This record gives sequence, structure tokens and C-alpha cells, in this order.
Amino acid sequence: MTTTPNTTTARDLRITDTTLRDGSHAVRHQFTESDVRRVATALDAAGVPVIEVTHGDGLAGSSFNYGFSKVSDIRLIEVAAQSVSNARIAALVLPGLGTLHDVRQARDAGAQILRVATHSTEADVSIEHFKGARELGMETVGFLMLSHRTAPDALAKQARIMADAGCQCVYVVDSAGALLPDGVTARVEALVAELGDDVQVGFHGHQNLGLGVANSLAAHSAGARQIDGTLRALGAGAGNTPTEVLVAALDAAGVRTGIDLPLILSAAEDVLRTIAPQFPPINRDAIVQGRYGVYNSFLLHAKRAEERYGVPAHEILKVVGESGYVGGQEDMIIDVAIQLRDQLQTAGN
Amino acid sequence: MTLITQDSPPATTASKGDRPTVAIVGPGNIGTDLLVKLKRRDVFDVLYMIGVDPASDGLARARRLGVETSAGGVDWLLRQQQLPDIVFEATAAGPHKLNAPRYEAAGIRAIDLTPAAVGPYVCPVVNLTDLAELPNLNMITCGGQATVPIVHAISRVTPVSYAEIVASISSRSAGPGTRANIDEFTETTSLAIEKVGGAARGKAIIILNPVEPPLVMRDTVFAAIDADADRHAIEASIHAMVAQVQQYVPGYRLKTDPQFDDPSDLWGGKARIGVFLEVTGNGDYLPQWAGNLDIMTAAANRTAELLYAPLEATK
Repeated sequence: MTTTPNTTTARDLRITDTTLRDGSHAVRHQFTESDVRRVATALDAAGVPVIEVTHGDGLAGSSFNYGFSKVSDIRLIEVAAQSVSNARIAALVLPGLGTLHDVRQARDAGAQILRVATHSTEADVSIEHFKGARELGMETVGFLMLSHRTAPDALAKQARIMADAGCQCVYVVDSAGALLPDGVTARVEALVAELGDDVQVGFHGHQNLGLGVANSLAAHSAGARQIDGTLRALGAGAGNTPTEVLVAALDAAGVRTGIDLPLILSAAEDVLRTIAPQFPPINRDAIVQGRYGVYNSFLLHAKRAEERYGVPAHEILKVVGESGYVGGQEDMIIDVAIQLRDQLQTAGN
Repeated sequence: MTLITQDSPPATTASKGDRPTVAIVGPGNIGTDLLVKLKRRDVFDVLYMIGVDPASDGLARARRLGVETSAGGVDWLLRQQQLPDIVFEATAAGPHKLNAPRYEAAGIRAIDLTPAAVGPYVCPVVNLTDLAELPNLNMITCGGQATVPIVHAISRVTPVSYAEIVASISSRSAGPGTRANIDEFTETTSLAIEKVGGAARGKAIIILNPVEPPLVMRDTVFAAIDADADRHAIEASIHAMVAQVQQYVPGYRLKTDPQFDDPSDLWGGKARIGVFLEVTGNGDYLPQWAGNLDIMTAAANRTAELLYAPLEATK
């Protein structure tokens, strides 16, 4: 699919593995120090250059609304930083939830890269965080979440806001796994055109429509130079682009990632599988999320609401998608479930 | 700084009767909405609307509403013969920190709608009576005004070891000040949940949602309570509190009955109550979906009325 020529650099593309951040949703934020040590060690050994470690919803995400962490993410960052020789540790923050105070703690614990995530139309809430992170000497990455809801030109304008604030790579984030390859290409190209050579472009994919790897290849062809994955697709819903499949596919395409294929396969099979045995299914709930563009980490919350209120999760997710709720509005899932229950009861009377 | 002299003759007219007097500093959206409320309520004499930009739309609007205006800032205000009893500060944290000591020296009480927090946090239905003598009162944040009453309603019945609020507002109602200082919102609101709401530990989350047509402000309060807490008493306390807030924010309502969840190991063995609120604005100047802005101006006005015209406030 891609015909990137060999160059003299050792790496054509930088992969960030976010098993220990986005994968945290799938284990209800119950990662232990031992889990983090084992996964980070294996990823580092395989040559993964960046490992993200945080609560699934970013620094300070531990809460009723998103789920409490078993071990604080600051402690997990510290454990990961102590486990690696070459990899750099990244932390995620969502302005409105985590603050610069949390960022400082993450830096002190060993995070060298800060990734700042906003909804794809709200980049200006990240300005202080980028400035603060750069002042702390951190490398910066911006995350434009639910990018499928924002047209390429408008998305590029948001990327410019982040770049001007000190962001060094802006990601097109397909939080709902709703984008098709041409939609990824159009968005990545728009960002590359806007940002030029100063700032890189990245892509973060999900599997809801089975396209994580295909979309990542499209993103690379369109000029993305940083791409995310998780081992065995660990993530909420259908999960993320599986890192080990991505590495194999890029290898087949002649794109150099600097990651050792047998060792990343071992990290997936011999390490992560013993921690999280189930490969995320692309089932009805997950497909509904992809089709209606629903933030992926809503899934497990919708499953809990299904259990509590007796309303099917996929119906909740459909209403959540149609209502246009954005990442962070997990509380609205309960609200929607109660409304649907009341409607069912009224209809049944 | 240019005075808009053609619009602002010297203030020689005394206020009608003995009505208390106010001025608004900061002619932006919040200041204008507050002005419309003050005019509608007709409890105070609004002496002045003050800004720093002669070309400001807000000053022009205030003039159209029959209020004397100046772009001469607080310097101009303090030179006037008639000083107001109260100044509402609707600028930003930085200016208020500079202005606050000057108001106090001039004997003007400040009700501060910025995040400066020079004075203590006030929620008029929770802690105003303890603070009635103080020269400077801070109105917390929009999310704080919407949720602190509920945290208090729970904590007056049963110990709350932890309370967390999620405020969702329309992107269009989040101005540049909020966006540039979003950490200030989470930090201030968290503190107010503890200090005013009565939770041992507080946490605040704010979400901006760009969907069109704009979403009405939503607020969710989660609180950790003991397994054997009296759920009926908590529920009654919340309903009573909602009725009290509705006296000054008519569009404040419970979206659904409070939701109790049984204790969980994931919650440190605590039970959880979830309270789901919707705040529709009064549409005084700002649109009805901007309940977050309405609840700030309504709470500021309510605070002033309770302090200076308590009989009017209950009408």
C-alpha cells in the first residue's frame, strides 16, 4: 500500500504504545505495579520508542465518573520509567480534568513526553498545558479527539492552535473508530499542509470498523510520522490498532519502525496475554460505536448501565452518539439509561 | 483612557428613595446579563457600568439600557461623587486582584464573579449568613454554584468522604477567559466542594461540548457515602435545596431522582449517590442554554439582594 523509499535514517515512523494508558479502560484501571513493570520491560526490549502510562482518561482520571485506579498513575509512571532503558515514557492529560499540577508530578515521576487531549474543536483549552509542559522541559504531543466529527480544514485550524502553543506533533485521533481510510488521509494531509515541517502529524486508531491497521497505513502514506497502538488491541470497545499487527504490516510495507517483530509478538503473546487474556471483540456494541461515532471508552460504562438499569448497551450508545456527547461525558450514559428505562416502562404500561 | 463624557454626565442625581446602589465593572457577556437581571428585578439602583474600551459593545448596550457608563476603569469609578454600595466585578482574576483593595479602601463591598478569590467562596443558599460582614465575596465558578448546594445538601445529612462534580457546558458559552485558565476552574471548584460543600475531599471536571444546537448546562454530582446512610433523608434534603436554588435560578432542576448505588470495592467500600442536574438560563441577555453563565449572575444578584434587601429577595 505504501511505497516509502528506504532512507538513511534508522526509523521512518515513531510508534507509541499506549497499552498502559488506553488499554487501562479494558482492565477498569486495575493495572498493578507488576503488570506495568512487565509490559514496559517487554515493550522496551522490543525497541518501542514511546510507552504511554496513565489512567485511561489521563492524569487525575481516577474518579467515580471514569473509574478509580487501583494504583495511582503517578506511581505507575514511576514504575514504568524505572523499567525501561531506551523507551521514553509519555503521560496523557485532558484539560478540564487533569491540571498542570498533575503534569508536574508526572514529569517528576519520569514522564518525558506530555500528550494533551481535547475534543477536536476545543484545542484552545490546551494552550496553557503545552506552554507549561515545554517550560518543564517535556516533549509535547496534541490529541484532537473524535476527529471524525470535524472536517479536515477545520481540524487543521485546531492543529495550528496547538502548534502555536508549543505542541510538537498533532494527532488525528479516531476515538470512535469511525473513520475510513480516505477520511484519515484527508485529515492527515490537511494537518501536514497546515503544519509543514515544523510540527509532526500523528494518528491514533481504533478497531470498531476493523480498520485500525489499514487506517494507520493510510495515515503514514499521507505523511503521519507518529502512530499509536496497543498490544493485542487492548482498549475499550473493539480496542485499538494492535501494535504487533501494525509493526508486522509496516514491516511488510517496508516502513522502518525500529521495533523487533519477534520481540513485539512476544510482548503481546507471552506478557500481555497473561495479564489481559481476552482479545477485544468487534461485537454489536463496538460496531454501533464505530457507526454512530461514539467515544470508545463509553462502552464499559454503557455495559454497567445496562446491568444497573436493564437497557441494552447498544441502544444507550446509539442515543449517546446521536446526542453528540464528547469524551469525558461518561455521566450522561447513566442519564440516557434512565431515560430509556423510563420510556420502556411507559411503553409497557 | 478616554471618558465617554457625552454619555456620562456627572453623577449628581441621588438614587430613588433609599434604594441600595450598585455598579458593574466589566461590560462583557456576564456583566451585561447581570445588568439585565438587575434592571428586571428592580431592587437596586444601577449607577454605573464601567469598562476600559470606549468602543465596547457592552458599554453601548448599557447606555441603551439607561445606565451611565465610562471606559475610564476603576479610576473613574472612584472619582465619582456618589459611590455605589456594591460593585460587581465581572472582568477577570488579574484586574480584580488589583481592584479589590481599592474598593475596600473606598468602603465599597465587592461581589467578585472572577476566579480571583480575594474573598471567601460564597454560595448564597449555603454559607452567606456566615460571611455577611466581609468586604469581598467570591462567587466560585459556574460549576460550583450549580453543584455546591447539592454537596452541602448531602453533607448536612451524612458524612461525605469524597464528592466529585462533572459540569458540561456548551462550547459557545465558554469564553476566552475560561478556556485560557481551565485549570483554575477545576482547582477552584474542587476547593469549594470541600470548603463550602462540606466534602472531606473534592474533585471537579469540566467538559466543553460543541454540538449544535447548543446543549443546556448539565451538572452531575457524585458523592461517596456510608453504606447505612439515610437515603430518604438525603433525598429530602436534596429536594429542599433544589427548591431553594430555584428561587433565584428558575431553570435549575433535577433531571432524574437521585441515584443510589450500593457499596463497591472499587469505591473503597463506600456507597455512591449520583445527582443529575440541568441548568436552563433565564435568557436575560444570554441564551437559555447558557445556564452556566446565568447561574453565576443569578447567584451574584441573589447574594446582593440577601445582604441589602432581604425582604425583596424573598418576593
